[in-house]
Amino acid sequence: MQKLKLVMVGNGMAGVRTLEELLKLEPDLYDITVFGAEPYPNYNRIMLSPVLAGEQEIQDIILNDLDWYAQHNITLHLNKKVVRIDRQSKTVHAEDGTSASYDRLLLATGSKPFILPVPGKELDGVIGYRDIHDTHAMIETAKQYRHAVVIGGGLLGLEAANGLALRGMDVTVVHLMPWLMERQLDQVSAQMLQRSLEAKGLKFRLGTQTESLLGEGRVQAIRFKDGTEIPADLVVMAVGIRPDTALAASAGVHCDRGVVVDDTMQTYAPGIYAVGECAAHRGIAYGLVAPLFEQAKVCANHLARLGIARYQGSVTSTKLKVTGIDLFSAGDFSGGEGTDEVVLHDAAGGVYKKLVLRDDTLIGAVMVGDTKDGAWYFQLIRDGKNVADMRDHLMFGQSHLGNTGHQGQDSAAAMPDEMEVCGCNGVCKGTIVKAVKEQGLFTLDEVRKHTKASASCGSCTGLVEQILASTLGGAYAAQTGKAKPLCGCTALTHEEVRKSIVDEQLLSIPQVMQQLNWSTPNGCASCRPALNYYLICAWPRAAKDDPQSRLINERAHGNIQKDGTFSVVPRMHGGVTTPEQLRRIADVADKYQVRTVKVTGGQRIDLFGIKKEDLPQVWADLDMPSGYAYGKSLRTVKTCVGSEWCRFGVQDSTQMGIDIEHALDRMWTPHKFKIAVSGCPRNCAEAAIKDVGIIGVDSGWEIYVGGNGGIKTEVAQFLVKVKTREEVMEYVGAFTQLYREEARYLDRTVHYIERVGMDHIKQRVVEDAAGRKAMYDRLLFALEGAQDPWAKQNLNPREYAPLTL
Amino acid sequence: MENWIRIATLDDIPALGSRVVKTPQGDIALFRTADDQVFALHDRCPHKGGPLSQGMVFGHTVACPLHGWNINLESGEAVAPDVGCTKKLATRLEAGEVYLLA
Ligand code: SRM
Ligand SMILES: Cc1cc2nc3c(=O)[nH]c(=O)nc-3n(C[C@H](O)[C@H](O)[C@H](O)COP(=O)(O)OP(=O)(O)OC[C@H]3O[C@@H](n4cnc5c(N)ncnc54)[C@H](O)[C@@H]3O)c2cc1C
Ligand code: SF4
Ligand code: FES
Repeated sequence: MQKLKLVMVGNGMAGVRTLEELLKLEPDLYDITVFGAEPYPNYNRIMLSPVLAGEQEIQDIILNDLDWYAQHNITLHLNKKVVRIDRQSKTVHAEDGTSASYDRLLLATGSKPFILPVPGKELDGVIGYRDIHDTHAMIETAKQYRHAVVIGGGLLGLEAANGLALRGMDVTVVHLMPWLMERQLDQVSAQMLQRSLEAKGLKFRLGTQTESLLGEGRVQAIRFKDGTEIPADLVVMAVGIRPDTALAASAGVHCDRGVVVDDTMQTYAPGIYAVGECAAHRGIAYGLVAPLFEQAKVCANHLARLGIARYQGSVTSTKLKVTGIDLFSAGDFSGGEGTDEVVLHDAAGGVYKKLVLRDDTLIGAVMVGDTKDGAWYFQLIRDGKNVADMRDHLMFGQSHLGNTGHQGQDSAAAMPDEMEVCGCNGVCKGTIVKAVKEQGLFTLDEVRKHTKASASCGSCTGLVEQILASTLGGAYAAQTGKAKPLCGCTALTHEEVRKSIVDEQLLSIPQVMQQLNWSTPNGCASCRPALNYYLICAWPRAAKDDPQSRLINERAHGNIQKDGTFSVVPRMHGGVTTPEQLRRIADVADKYQVRTVKVTGGQRIDLFGIKKEDLPQVWADLDMPSGYAYGKSLRTVKTCVGSEWCRFGVQDSTQMGIDIEHALDRMWTPHKFKIAVSGCPRNCAEAAIKDVGIIGVDSGWEIYVGGNGGIKTEVAQFLVKVKTREEVMEYVGAFTQLYREEARYLDRTVHYIERVGMDHIKQRVVEDAAGRKAMYDRLLFALEGAQDPWAKQNLNPREYAPLTL
Repeated sequence: MENWIRIATLDDIPALGSRVVKTPQGDIALFRTADDQVFALHDRCPHKGGPLSQGMVFGHTVACPLHGWNINLESGEAVAPDVGCTKKLATRLEAGEVYLLA
């Protein structure tokens, strides 16, 4: 079959990223031809600033070398500017006469620096700052001349000025506005920035308008509207960029601020797409790579004819790439009507932080000096997360690094290279930095794929993000996009998928994948278990549980060990056992030569090293129910002795625990689910770090939710105090059902509550009595008739018996 | 000489699942994909020897149960960015019977 022809105009960051995404999805669909006006393969434009500053070389910033194009059979026309698109014959023509015909055309022409229309703008030595050519020009000029003027006190202008100063020039920054970077900073933070830059030797003329550039042949001076003049051998215009729409407009493709595209990155002209700085989406042409990469992903999805992704705009954040200056800004920081500002200002210490909140969500942040929590604030802004509960300590940052296993390390930049970052995969800081630099990684996901750092337990995610941010500087904007898709097989979020399952009454995984246009034939190891859970949670018994979509532990009903054997943990309700049970456990341990018999942290007994084929017989011999120690399910209900024996006990916590464990046994949940019941506030069952903690008091029971004793210790929050056993059951059951119905798969209760807010939980479980009963009833309905997976009649022999030759 | 050994019927292997075949040379993992093709690999992940037969199958890939490496069933190669290879064995499917090339 003849391949389709894809022609791309503009060989820059957004365009080539689109091709990379496309090749991942459909490597063979197109014959690809690329035209680039520059004589270089795709390079990391962002890193021109470190190149100018002398911190990197051009060869360090090439992202895709010529081999890459060759490997993917891409016809590459470098140094050839496309000057005409013939939409009738579907052909593009370059300046030198080269032409190529297309079935699909991708415009990725980026933007051009805006040159102020002042007299003298054509003089030698007057340039913009956009590409390798401009960077070389600046480096060469710095060798021969002394006076540089940068017009424009924005991100780009300041990076240019800093680089030129480091190259030995005497640099003045001229800015029209009363303070620097007015679109990213408020006045206080801008003045702090200005002082730090002045300390590096830069000079500033704020509130100053340029009238003309003077000189013969080469520029010699600059004159301002107030009549003053200063010498200038080099003038860099960094007053803004204009989407490069000349080519598109000349072909009659609708442009307005940029090439106008819809949510699928299509222009108004059939078969023509646009991505990157040249494109205007919902009236916005973005000028930072993070949103452009997101556009690239969506565009590739449509070019690959999968047709499911939508681009819906991005929130952006900014970091200035000037070594030694820490500055971060994101979202709407200007405040105003209906917003609250929280400000911390340590003038002497050089630290300034401003957080802007509206209705208990963070909408903007500006930081100077101490930016280590930038990524975290940015995440909060994009997630639109309710921060009511952490408002009082929001300012002090997250310490979201998990508080165990990382030596409390919280400053990524200060870490030595050999320090281990990811304890799970043994990845050191140096490995991450190297991968980011050499393989051109930009996102947390890419770092995970390439280094495995933060790919496992995730407790080091914050630290990895910081390392990424400190390595990339401004190139980093914690993955953009408000809602993360469920996995790489779909563009839909967890919530969207769940809603469809309920609304459209989907009952099986193939049905979900077909209805929601999954991009892979049978999903992946991330989405299948999630879908299986969502289905059986939404449609108990009606949706059929699919063992092949469960990971091995839940499929085989035991925990796989590193040598491929399994562990066996029978249920001991409330941690209470009998001599009879213990005798059977001892007999099994003897009969199957169990190497280790251990009391777990969950008040029961674990038998290690059982061969898979022996599992069914071990379970039969034990004659005890499964403890679900392997499942995203109810694990243990820990108890203390309580009023039966303890001289302080005020409630019978042991019996309460046993009752709860019987009631909720065999329950599947988004993540594992643990409960504890203590008989008095001395809390010997450690109820304060469980998903549900119940503490007996004189007049009844206090119920706490959202505790966690694992990776990051979290104390459970008070939900309600009740009197009777029946009330405990109903409230606990209702909260559990709410979590089951609303949490994303693999969110523990603490993460779920962090997302929706404790007020929401209280409203649904405590205030709305009818709703609470309904939730509890739904839970009881779901648990009705649930079977013990270890019982002989429920076992699937094919799962356990090996084949032989 | 080619020596094809009959191992199982297709129905013995769950779709999107696998069976272990015990042999004197070690365990072999026999996979069945959604399109009813059968693949055989040595039951050892190139990463740390995890039993691939216990992994989750999707497309023509299995995810190792221990640390989640993805292994291509056709070639035995780990899917990039992971690097490594598990030995594969030839299989044949004939009239619902599965044969292994010994
Ligand atoms: C056996 C046991 C350790 C022991 O010898 O005491 C254990 C063993 C494992 N824990 Fe645990 N945890 C055990 C109690 C705990 C506790 C204490 C408790 O339950 O009171 C915690 C902290 C409480 C909590 O969960 O909040 C705990 C927090 C974790 C975590 C971190 C969870 C988190 O959200 O932060 C993991 C990792 C995970 O789930 O992703 C984990 C994961 C594991 C895994 C499943 C690791 C794995 O994937 O192989 C271990 C399985 C061993 C096996 O094959 O049986 N284990 N684990 C305990 C079994 C209790 C039981 O009877 O079911
Ligand atoms: C010095 C500097 C520092 C920056 N720092 C940051 C930062 O810290 N963080 C951040 O997020 N962003 C930063 N940016 C912005 C970022 O580099 C751009 O947003 C990004 O490169 C835009 O990608 P693009 O593909 O749309 O355009 P480009 O990368 O500019 O690619 C467009 C390409 O198309 C070519 N072209 C145009 N017209 C034609 C034609 N008719 N025929 C053939 N080829 C054509 C151009 O020559 C160019 O090579 C920085 C930019 C600069 C210049
Ligand atoms: S039992 Fe828990 S703490 Fe111990 S090694 Fe395993 S996961 Fe880590
Ligand atoms: S042993 Fe297979 S992924 Fe580690």
